Amino acid sequence: MDVKKINDLFKQDLVIINMGLESFAENLRREEVRVLQMDWRPPAGGDQKLVSLLAKLGR
Amino acid sequence: MKAKMEEANQEAASRILKGKPTLIDISTAGEAIPEMKKNMILHAGPPVTWDRMCGPMRGAIMGGLMLEGMADNKEEAEELAASGDIVFEPCHHHSSVGPMAGVVTWSMPVWVIENRTFGTRAHCTLNEGLGKVLRYGAFSKDVIDRLKWMAEELTPILRKALLGHGEIDMKTLISQALQMGDEGHNRNRAGTSLLIRELAPHIVLLDEDREKISKVLAFLHANDHFFLNLTMPSCKCTVDAAADIEGSSVIVTMARNGTDFGIRVSGLGDRWFTGPAGTVDGLYLPGFSAEDAARDIGDSVITETAGIGGFAMAAAPAIVKFVGGSARDALNFTRQMYEITVTENDSYQIPGLDFRGTPTAIDLVKVVETGILPAINTGIAHKEPGVGMVGAGLVKPPEKCFHDALEAFVEKYGD
Repeated sequence: MDVKKINDLFKQDLVIINMGLESFAENLRREEVRVLQMDWRPPAGGDQKLVSLLAKLGR
Repeated sequence: MKAKMEEANQEAASRILKGKPTLIDISTAGEAIPEMKKNMILHAGPPVTWDRMCGPMRGAIMGGLMLEGMADNKEEAEELAASGDIVFEPCHHHSSVGPMAGVVTWSMPVWVIENRTFGTRAHCTLNEGLGKVLRYGAFSKDVIDRLKWMAEELTPILRKALLGHGEIDMKTLISQALQMGDEGHNRNRAGTSLLIRELAPHIVLLDEDREKISKVLAFLHANDHFFLNLTMPSCKCTVDAAADIEGSSVIVTMARNGTDFGIRVSGLGDRWFTGPAGTVDGLYLPGFSAEDAARDIGDSVITETAGIGGFAMAAAPAIVKFVGGSARDALNFTRQMYEITVTENDSYQIPGLDFRGTPTAIDLVKVVETGILPAINTGIAHKEPGVGMVGAGLVKPPEKCFHDALEAFVEKYGD
C-alpha cells in the first residue's frame, strides 16, 4: 500500500461523504470536519420479508 | 421476470406520456357517467360503507341527498344514507374522480374529458371554491344554494361558451400552467386564469343577462382552485390508458376516502390495496388546529399518480404558503420522486430544474425497494360533518398498501 498517498490525503482540507450510519458523520462534524451525509438506506429498509419478495422479481 | 416487467412498465409509461386529455363537454352525472343511477352516490377513494365513512364524507353525502331533494334536513338525510336504499360506489369505478369527499349525485354538472389518443373518458364535478363547501363536508343552505346556482346558471353559460370555443386541449393548458407556477393539485391559479382566457371571449358573446355573465366571471376569478376539477379528470383519463398491462408494476390509482388510502396496480387489474389514511401535516385556517382535522381524503391524488401535483412541486415554490414547508422542500420533493418513477414527462416540465420533465409513472417495486413514499399535498377537511375546510398540507400514504400490493404482484408474476 502506498502510505505516502494516504498521508498526503490527510494533510489536505478534507470533505467527507459518509454513507451509512449518520453517527459517523456527527462525530466528524464535532471535530469541525466538513461532512456530507448521503441519504441512503438498505433496500426495503432492511425488511427481510420484503427483500425476499423483491428477489423473486430479480431485484 | 425483471426484463418482462421493465418492458411492461415502459409500455405503461409510454401510454401515460402519449395521453392527450381534451375537454369535450359539460354534462350531468346522470347523463354522462357510465352506470350512474338516481339512488347512487359516488365518493372518493376505495370502496367504503356508510358505517366506516369519515365525518366530511358523511356530511357531503347528506348535502348531496338534500341537493337532490331526497331529504329535507340533516336527520332525514342521515336516516336515508344509513337505510341501505342508497348505493355508494367509488368515483374510480365509474370513470370519474372527485376532490376531497368526492361526492357525485345524479343531477350534478360534470366536466367530460376524453383522452384523444386512447379513447378513455373521465368525469369530475365543477369546483365550488374553498372553505365551507360540500366536498369538505359542509351542507348548510348557502352550500346547497351555491350548488344549485352552479347547476342552473354557471353550467349552462360555461357549456355554451365551450361550444363556441370548441374542445380544449388540456395537456397544453396544464403544461403552460406548470411554466407559470402551478403544480396542478393545490396550486391552480395559473390554470384557472388560462381557462378564463380561453372561455371569456365566448362567454361575453352569449345572449345572456349581463349580471349573470358578470357573476360567472367573478366566480371563476374568485376561485383559484377551479382548474383542479379539470386537471383531475385529465390525469384520470391519461393514467387509465396505462391500466391492465400484463406484468406492469406501475401504479395507476391512488385515492383516499378519509378512512382508507388505496392503490391499484396496472398488472393487478381492479384490485385495491389499502391502508389507514394518514394525518396531514399542514397549515390551518384561523380558529382551527390539527385537533379539528379529518384524515387524508380525496381522489385528487390522481394528479400525483399522473406525474404532476406533489411530484411537480418544484414548479410551484409559492405553494408552500398554502401547504407548508419551504421552497427548498418543494424542490426536494420533486427531486426525490425521480427515484420511484419510470420516466420523465415530455410535456410537463419544470423551469426551475432546467425544464426537466416531471417524474412520471410510479413504480410499485421502486417504492418498496427505496422506501420512498409518493409525495402528496392536500386540503384538510374538518373531522365533523357540516363544517368544511380547515387547512392544507402534506401527507404520506401508508406503507402497508404498497407492501400488500408487492406481495400480490410477486404471487402473480414472481419466479
